[in-house]
Amino acid sequence: MSTTPLLEVAGLDVDFDGRPAVRELGLTLRRGEVLGLVGESGSGKSATALAVLGLLPGNAAVRGSVRLDGTELLGLPERELTRIRGRRVSMVFQDPLSAFTPVYRLGDQIAEAVRAHQDVSRERAAERAVELLDLVGIPEPALRARSFPHEFSGGMRQRAMIAMAMANDPDLILADEPTTALDVTIQAQVLDVLRTARQATGAALLLVSHDLGVIAGTADRVAVMRDGRVVEQGTVDDVFRRPREPYTRELLAAVPRLDATRRPRPGSGEPVLRVRGLTRTFPVLKGTAFRRRVGTVYAVDGVDLEVRRGETLALVGESGSGKSTTLFELLELARPEGGSIELFGQQPGTLGKAAARALRRRIQIVFQDPMASLDPRMPVGDIVAEPLRTQGAGRAAAGRRVRELLAQVGLDPADAERYPHEFSGGQRQRIGIARALSVEPELLVLDEPVSALDVSVQAGVLELLQRLKDELGLAYLFVSHDLSVVRNIADRVSVMYLGRTVEAGPVDEVFAAPRHPYTQALLSAVPLPDPELERKRTRILLAGDPPSPTRRYEGCRFRGRCPLYAELAEQERKRCAVDVPVFEGDGVACHFPRVRSVV
Amino acid sequence: MSTALETPPEGLEPQGPEKAVPDKAPAGRGTVVLRRFLRDRTALAGAVVLLLLFLLAFAGPYVTPWSYSHIDYTALRAAPSADHWWGTNRIGQDVFAQTVRGLQKSLVIGLLVAVLATGLASLVGACAGYFGGWTDRLLMFFVDLLLVFPSFLVIAIISPRLRSGGWFAFVGLLAVFGWMITARVVRSMTLSLKEREFVRAARFMGVGPFRIIWRHILPNIASFLIIDATIQVGGAVMSETALSYFGFGVQPPDVSLGTLIASGTSAAVTYPWMFFFAAGLLVLFVLAVNLVGDGLRDALDPTARRGTR
Ligand SMILES: Nc1ncnc2c1ncn2[C@@H]1O[C@H](COP(=O)(O)OP(=O)(O)OP(=O)(O)O)[C@@H](O)[C@H]1O
Ligand code: SF4
Ligand SMILES: [Mg+2]
Repeated sequence: MSTTPLLEVAGLDVDFDGRPAVRELGLTLRRGEVLGLVGESGSGKSATALAVLGLLPGNAAVRGSVRLDGTELLGLPERELTRIRGRRVSMVFQDPLSAFTPVYRLGDQIAEAVRAHQDVSRERAAERAVELLDLVGIPEPALRARSFPHEFSGGMRQRAMIAMAMANDPDLILADEPTTALDVTIQAQVLDVLRTARQATGAALLLVSHDLGVIAGTADRVAVMRDGRVVEQGTVDDVFRRPREPYTRELLAAVPRLDATRRPRPGSGEPVLRVRGLTRTFPVLKGTAFRRRVGTVYAVDGVDLEVRRGETLALVGESGSGKSTTLFELLELARPEGGSIELFGQQPGTLGKAAARALRRRIQIVFQDPMASLDPRMPVGDIVAEPLRTQGAGRAAAGRRVRELLAQVGLDPADAERYPHEFSGGQRQRIGIARALSVEPELLVLDEPVSALDVSVQAGVLELLQRLKDELGLAYLFVSHDLSVVRNIADRVSVMYLGRTVEAGPVDEVFAAPRHPYTQALLSAVPLPDPELERKRTRILLAGDPPSPTRRYEGCRFRGRCPLYAELAEQERKRCAVDVPVFEGDGVACHFPRVRSVV
Repeated sequence: MSTALETPPEGLEPQGPEKAVPDKAPAGRGTVVLRRFLRDRTALAGAVVLLLLFLLAFAGPYVTPWSYSHIDYTALRAAPSADHWWGTNRIGQDVFAQTVRGLQKSLVIGLLVAVLATGLASLVGACAGYFGGWTDRLLMFFVDLLLVFPSFLVIAIISPRLRSGGWFAFVGLLAVFGWMITARVVRSMTLSLKEREFVRAARFMGVGPFRIIWRHILPNIASFLIIDATIQVGGAVMSETALSYFGFGVQPPDVSLGTLIASGTSAAVTYPWMFFFAAGLLVLFVLAVNLVGDGLRDALDPTARRGTR
């Protein structure tokens, strides 16, 4: 094998409309190697990846050199670039839906990719497509090859994308945030498939990600980007263990870790919120003129929660497991469809108007997407004052309080006259928090408050939340799918699967000794930003996607994916198939709970 | 302060009842919007022109010795002179007196119809979209009913009976038949806004439905409402003319800009004063309304890039 590196990028500059996006970037990638490119949003990661492929939009100007196997790619005519793309270099994007043509069958599209670069018959290409889909772990590949892209779930589309990337045995695969839109369990599957793909093709991988954990577990070498420059480059062990640059150190310090040792402080006394067996269904409607009900989504189907004064309860679960629906049910302050809700000892839905308004004051919410939850046409001052004014505060009093609140969440009181779009994501989330705090609530419900933010910004907001909790003695119900964040802010945790609570308990105990197989899988799927530990860990890979919430399940609903179920004896399996495991207190909804340490 | 629901608005400026308070409270939306509007030169010019037009329309009759219906047999088709400032028409009526009288009518008809029609449309459309269910079905049924009625015919039939109510009743009629399509658009915009998180946030804070519509829904569709209202202004003046032509609405000897233009068109070349004063004022009026509308739109939309015009 030659000694020229497979990919060599030197002095790369990219400008968008004259604004610099990448500066003097240099990277080398040897054959079969995995190079991780990390950085926060806007640091120029994607621009670099696209520049390598010659896929930058028309308003971008590129200078420098990109050599593949010694051949200069920059300035190559489009025809030759097209030949190289797909044949020697292929890519996996963050949003796989945009990479497939919606109107063609997936199998045909993969076969097309094969035929574009190889001289094979149509039949042979179709066979190869099925082989590839099989390789990436799509069940019933021959059948699924006939599906359209939108019929696949996010994780399956990403696998299909990887299958397509493998189609021509490329030398280099570029993956731009391939797992960012996915749940941890699905992310673990996809990373595993990516590993398989590399083994099968021997390709090198340029993995772009903002997630240091993903990089730590997958990459051999890592390059840290900031403001368009590579600030540090080296083997994963060096960079993660002995970072030289202050920026890398800060970045690593800001990442919340699953194996943190923070001691939770569970609250005591009467619970401020108690939920038992909560259910909520949505009708599935069909037709436009006459909408008929053709089914039911069991979005929440047996949720138990208990939050005490001064504590943080984290509610975790995969996307679609019903976390947001649970919160919204609480906040409607109406009689629940099924089960019971008790807020501050009162039952919402049985209260008079005045009592309901008083209750409203005591429970407030912070939303996930700070842009969507602030009215774009209202000045920040009015936004923050809205709950106060609704509770009957006068304009002057509300105005004074707004200034106080803005200062409290770390913003300038003079910002009150500006509009939300003038603020960054983290600042907007602070506005959302100020709004929720304005009426001095006792329970704050947070729906993924930091998942839309970069790690360093995230750390700031989490710190703020922690401080406010200490100062004001708040209780938090904190929804998140990021278990590392949960470990660092929660006192107790409650795990949901398909609309149902499966395990709960103090966060240190649950994370150190999870008893439910689902909790174990979930925890084991979270990557640690520590390459050494990552290599030692065993992943519990769950099979397939979360099942549909439109069905009712007999027995344990986790049965289909439960790794423990496969190991059980005949008699025991029967129990899982027939009896619904019941959740009680700080317990676990499994018939055969076994502690298994996975962090 | 009481927390009773604010009555839902009928107008265009969703500014709420807030006023600037001497206390150091930060400026609310009303103040911020007003400030942005005042900084917009062109919009301000439009507002000034509008004001001047009103001044002309309502003070004009007092400065001329002629009344709009008086016939001066000594001056038929006279050109502008010191006696008759803007000349006279073919039967010897003073064009200035007639034009200011017509301007009065048209200003009031145009603005009132626009505000009423757009206000009604936003109220009905937003309620239908926001409440959904039976409210939606009933309101939309009503809207569709009005849409299939031949409005012109209905106005023609009802209008003579309303003569006693004067032309205010006529304004009402024009408004009542001019809001349905807007209402449908407002409804569908509301449907999508209702799903937005900030509306859900307001609901969870306990903000009442009408206040949500007033504070969150209408401001976010304000651009559309304002464009619609400015178009309605011109439309109202025009349909008033058409109706007058068929003998409804403003009837002789009373005049409006529309009737003046209609009767002056044939003389536009030979006796230009009979046509151009009325036509010019109408153009000025519509232009000013558009400038004010644009300014209001930009003032309400924080992402609007001002100063690029
Ligand atoms: N208004 C609705 N109509 C129909 N189905 C709904 C509605 N809202 C939620 N669902 C369904 O209920 C289930 C739970 O959704 P929910 O939004 O509560 O999940 P989540 O745990 O918050 O997910 P994420 O992590 O993606 O926010 C999903 O299958 C979703 O499609
Ligand atoms: S009850 Fe059975 S199937 Fe369900 S999680 Fe426990 S072992 Fe698995
Ligand atoms: Mg959610």
